[in-house]
Amino acid sequence: MTATSTQYSPRDYKSDLKPIWCAGCGDFGVLNALYKAMSMCGLKPEDTVVVSGIGCSSRLPGFVETYGYHGVHGRTLPAATGIKAARPELNVIAVGGDGDGYSIGAGHLPHCARRNPDITYLIMNNNTYGLTKGQISPTSMVPLASISPKVDPKRWKTTPYGMTEEAINPIAQAIAWDVSFVARGFSYKPNQLADILAAAISHRGFALVDAFSPCPTFNQDQNDDYYKDHTYDVPEDHDPTDRVKAFELALRTDGYPIGIIYRRDNKPSMLEEQAFLRRRFENNPGTMEKLFAKYQG
Amino acid sequence: MRRTLLTGNGAAAWGARLAEADYVPAFPITPQTEIIEALAGWSERGEMAGRVVTLDSEHSMLTAAAAAAATGVRVFTATSSQGLLYGMEMIYTAPGWRAPFVMVNVSRALASPITLEADHNDILAARDSGFLQIHCATCQEVLDSVLMAYRLAEHPQVRLPAIVNLDGFYLSFTREPVVIPDQEQVRRFLPPFDPGNVAFRADRPASQAALVLGGSLYSYFRYEAHLATLQALTAYEEVAQAFEREMGRRYPAVEAYRAEDAEYIFFLMGAYATKAKDAVNRLRERGMRIGVVRPRLLRPYPARILQELLRGRRAVAVIDQNLSMGMGGILYSELASALYGMKDAPMLVSYIGGLGGRDISTEELFTMAAQTREAADAGVTPEPRLLYTAAELREVRKMQTIAGSKLPGHMEGKNDE
Ligand SMILES: Cc1ncc(C[n+]2csc(CCOP(=O)(O)OP(=O)(O)O)c2C)c(N)n1
Ligand code: SF4
Repeated sequence: MTATSTQYSPRDYKSDLKPIWCAGCGDFGVLNALYKAMSMCGLKPEDTVVVSGIGCSSRLPGFVETYGYHGVHGRTLPAATGIKAARPELNVIAVGGDGDGYSIGAGHLPHCARRNPDITYLIMNNNTYGLTKGQISPTSMVPLASISPKVDPKRWKTTPYGMTEEAINPIAQAIAWDVSFVARGFSYKPNQLADILAAAISHRGFALVDAFSPCPTFNQDQNDDYYKDHTYDVPEDHDPTDRVKAFELALRTDGYPIGIIYRRDNKPSMLEEQAFLRRRFENNPGTMEKLFAKYQG
Repeated sequence: MRRTLLTGNGAAAWGARLAEADYVPAFPITPQTEIIEALAGWSERGEMAGRVVTLDSEHSMLTAAAAAAATGVRVFTATSSQGLLYGMEMIYTAPGWRAPFVMVNVSRALASPITLEADHNDILAARDSGFLQIHCATCQEVLDSVLMAYRLAEHPQVRLPAIVNLDGFYLSFTREPVVIPDQEQVRRFLPPFDPGNVAFRADRPASQAALVLGGSLYSYFRYEAHLATLQALTAYEEVAQAFEREMGRRYPAVEAYRAEDAEYIFFLMGAYATKAKDAVNRLRERGMRIGVVRPRLLRPYPARILQELLRGRRAVAVIDQNLSMGMGGILYSELASALYGMKDAPMLVSYIGGLGGRDISTEELFTMAAQTREAADAGVTPEPRLLYTAAELREVRKMQTIAGSKLPGHMEGKNDE
């Protein structure tokens, strides 16, 4: 993270573009939390890039007064990785939806965890594909109609009578992949989310923040009330550096813990490792040169 | 048989339902999504026996589609634009498996910049893959072409997957009167899929898609797929005749509208043909002998038919709703290659228009007709032109002023009102 002593207020990160999300969309709260977190970290707008894929949530870069990159569906992390590798001095914040990150782009997560670049990845999790108007995503929880007659066939249009598959647990998966910072937030608690995001941005390495961000237009089941009822703060005595404990917390079925669930601060990062390799070769004449010297003598 | 109002997407879904597709792997993308949503509803309510399964991307969806088809079941799927590109690896792989299935593509322009509206660069990216391609201009044609595409794809001399293309928004979301044939009628036209030697069979275990090195075997298989694609030209005639016998609607490989005595021709694909026909009717009232030629079948390429249809005309205005960067219009170059060296070949005048959903107005069709006549009179082929009005350019300038940039020099002065 490149920070500065100049003070930026959250408002300084606001771009001229007015968000075109629906009224009541959870992404507004996430955006405000992000402005605040950037301000808390004192990120210089000119040293910051916000990268996204495709989706309602992926429109976010346009609303932030920094460099922005609105890419293709699912390729948020490769784009962010490329930018970070080419310009390590930039603060790279990747954002997108649960569809973008856990469905079409899911393959990138474990590999990003392995490389551990210094990137913050903020997922706005609304348990649906919002932009394409409400189909199931990997985090959707639409019970089969035979179990819950509540399912409205008009709403879940590719699975009108419920899902036959189970939702993923992205937090548990991230811990299993050893993502070096794993947290969960909720857009209706923007101050807490801002604190979490500030910690994620300050973390050196790959940080995943999954923020519940309800889509009132296409998913009335996992709405703000649902999450108010089903979330609780990470217990104060939780030690996020204990991976097993973190995993246990992620697997609890009595609700969703909000806060920092797992962190590993000493994990080597892709760029640090490469710099190390380079230094080795700097003090070491290349094999080719040695061969040329030997045979061309 | 019943007549109702259907969108292009609705018609595509009905085509798949009536074809009694066994398996529909699906992934949403605008403007295609209603197709898979309609099928999902029917499938879950038991109105359709086939199974609809949502996958995690188009790459997975197309892989599942091709692999399922290779087991010998009838498969349908649909996509659009970025989705087609994301599945492109399988678009090239599936024809090599010789596993026939049908995919509907709802044309939408490609990123970037990002848009949702139509042009044909998406479908033309699949041009050289080995998929057969049928392009539609009306909603009825969409439903009928899905049925025809199955019979063509599954034809024993062909055995290749097929894409049925319709324009996003213009057809996908436009309601038109459509005749929905009876299931029995469709069964007479399209019997159950006989997978022949591509199916999984207990008595004949076989592994598909083997590795071949050295080039000779590779060339053999690729050329064989090419020949099979060419055979689809003959097979298409057979299919179109059978379809006409059963349903009473005739779909030639290349549609010719008021072209018998025409000196000039509008040559284009897809929904804009309807507008071109309207322009032709009006131009004929003013005494211009002009018609429309519209390839429905793009792969295999109906070169012979086009030669016959266009021989002896004065000039053809080729309207490409696509842009091959650094080359120009794709239909234009394909047509030029078909007509090259032919005695009495017409002059070809190239237009690029309708990119990213930009309208092609009737006035522009009139202007193209006039320019094409002038070019033929002068005997000089004009430079390719982008359809773009001065008003549009002013609008762009305004936005560029807001963005604080200037128009690149090479864009200055290229405006056809
Ligand atoms: C390759 C590709 N396939 C499909 C789409 C269509 N598409 C656009 S956004 C989207 C899903 C959006 O869901 P999510 O990422 O959760 O974001 P949200 O809109 O819910 O914020 C899909 C499937 C696409 N743009 N590109
Ligand atoms: S559709 Fe849902 S996710 Fe998209 S802007 Fe509207 S409320 Fe937000």
